Amino acid sequence: MKAVLSALVAGLVFGLGLIVSGMVNPAKVLNFLDIAGQWDPSLAFVMAGAAGTVFIGYRFVLKRPAPVFAERFNLPASTRLDARLVGGAAMFGIGWGLVGFCPGPALTALGTGAAPALIFVAAMLAGMGGWRWLVRD
Amino acid sequence: METPTAFTPLSALMGGVLIGLSAVMLMALNGRIAGIAGIVGGLLGPAPFSGLDRYWRLAFVAGLVVAPGIWFAATGAMPAVAVTDSWPLLLVAGLIVGVGTQIGSGCTSGHGVCGLARLSPRSLAATAVFMAAALVTVFVTRHLV
Repeated sequence: MKAVLSALVAGLVFGLGLIVSGMVNPAKVLNFLDIAGQWDPSLAFVMAGAAGTVFIGYRFVLKRPAPVFAERFNLPASTRLDARLVGGAAMFGIGWGLVGFCPGPALTALGTGAAPALIFVAAMLAGMGGWRWLVRD
Repeated sequence: METPTAFTPLSALMGGVLIGLSAVMLMALNGRIAGIAGIVGGLLGPAPFSGLDRYWRLAFVAGLVVAPGIWFAATGAMPAVAVTDSWPLLLVAGLIVGVGTQIGSGCTSGHGVCGLARLSPRSLAATAVFMAAALVTVFVTRHLV
């Protein structure tokens, strides 16, 4: 129960971060990616703030023997740079660049009641679930 | 069509720190990477998993979705979401993002924030690739076609 509550709060803080930073707005994301056009460098500051905080925070957290509400830390074990990683990332980048939504901001935009976010999220969930069922992952 | 946006370094940095704090919190309390594609994808596949695993994932997603409502209650304004793309394009992009993030095991949050912070070579490569792909896509759609 505590693990569920902490995940809810973490999701909420993440969503508020997306709102404060403006990343919930696909126009801001696309303008970051449009260096040849009306470039808005804001997203670089979001990434720096987020990754910098995690870089420092993880150093303290991962020194502990275990998380507070779980048995162990779940960290990705794979270190292989393979075609699957590169191909999937390229595919994701194309979809992201088409409309400016990535998974987190799309879900938070959904909470504003914006119809385009609903369409995007429905297709995204279908893609995620479809792929997972296909490869039995 | 393009919607102009202002450069907002301070709020961008502050929002980024909030996102980072959320990720640190999820690791410290739940032992999980705050990668949205992984969290959501784990809800949708055929792999059997325990009730608790399903519930924390659902709770995190619920937090993401209710955030604008909390924001509205506190400020009286809904965050701007400016989308000018057609429904078919939104469907195609959503599908590509959904499949691509599962094949590549991550998105902007899992690879771009948590992975880079862990100095993971896989995440560094993935982030470089999806950034490059997105930059090229925007250049093509805005300046070539």
